[in-house]
Amino acid sequence: MSITIARVEPSIAGVGDYIELMKPRVMSLVVFTAFVGLVVAPGHVHPVIGLTALICIAVGAGAAGALNMWYDADIDGRMGRTAARPIPAGRLAPGDALAFGLTLAGFAVVVLGLLVNVVAAALLAATIAFYVVIYTMWLKRSTPQNIVIGGAAGALPPMIGWAAVTGGFAIEPVVLFLIIFFWTPPHFWALSLYRTDDYVRAGVPMLPVVAGAEETRRQILLYTLFLAPLGTVPWLLGYAGPTYGIAAVLTGAIMVVLAFRVRAEGRGRMAHKNLASKQMFAFSILYLFLLFAMLLVDRMAGALFGHFAA
Amino acid sequence: MAVGVTMNDAADEQKPEPGIRLTEQQQRARRARSIAIAVSLGVLVVLFYIVTLVKGPGVLDRPL
Repeated sequence: MSITIARVEPSIAGVGDYIELMKPRVMSLVVFTAFVGLVVAPGHVHPVIGLTALICIAVGAGAAGALNMWYDADIDGRMGRTAARPIPAGRLAPGDALAFGLTLAGFAVVVLGLLVNVVAAALLAATIAFYVVIYTMWLKRSTPQNIVIGGAAGALPPMIGWAAVTGGFAIEPVVLFLIIFFWTPPHFWALSLYRTDDYVRAGVPMLPVVAGAEETRRQILLYTLFLAPLGTVPWLLGYAGPTYGIAAVLTGAIMVVLAFRVRAEGRGRMAHKNLASKQMFAFSILYLFLLFAMLLVDRMAGALFGHFAA
Repeated sequence: MAVGVTMNDAADEQKPEPGIRLTEQQQRARRARSIAIAVSLGVLVVLFYIVTLVKGPGVLDRPL
């Protein structure tokens, strides 16, 4: 009696494939928002410790991306946008991605806990677990509210950066969390409006697939109408100056205009071109980046003036 | 009389595997991965060293 043992071919995956596995563009946004949380936190952190925290957060985010690609390899293979990823394209074995992600996650959390502090490490662990288990393995395939709830994972990094400095929580990082949290639905639903066929093919219950494009456009507008004023809260609460306030008002206004155009596009004859949705998606990335960059600029400007005034 | 069917293991006997031979591409990929792992571990070592210098004697002293 012969037993067939599956042969595992030696891996041909290169370093570039493993880097792609970590979703570097998502990683850079995570590191940037965490960096802002770290900079605006009160008190002082030694630059080396701050850098260590950011490295750990980056590696943790990469680990979460790798684990997501491990689990979602099947649906990634069915969507045009993601079929070229390392696992669906056959360059990297799923088990390798799993081992890679778990190892990186473990190291990132432990090193953060040992060298920085336990609160930040716990938040990083929670972020990874939430993104991988709650969002990727559970919500993504089971509810149209998947990215709304799952968005909490992407909203935590500024809180991790803050906790790396202060060892605790405060209203300010929670506001930053809320801004990213309410930014996530319009951002991803704009994308899913012009990628609906992909999600139908993959069987992912994104809002346009489940509730239709019209309802999705309405929801994008509602979330954006809430998000735009929310973006000004750091200024209203007094811990960001007018530089930030003006930027938040202007960029928020643009977001609202784009959201109205997304909704209007649904009733027009050019709806299938999804131009407004693509513009909304592209600008939403710029919006978040600008908002957080202005927090930095505002903080640095304040420090500069304080330095010269003293 | 029925002829018993014997398990013929002869056909299943395989010559000893010659061992896994990596192709050129697999070798290059493995080398690149190994170097990346070595560099990452080196960075980790350097990081621990610098943080130890920065934090002084009480390396594990940190706010909870």
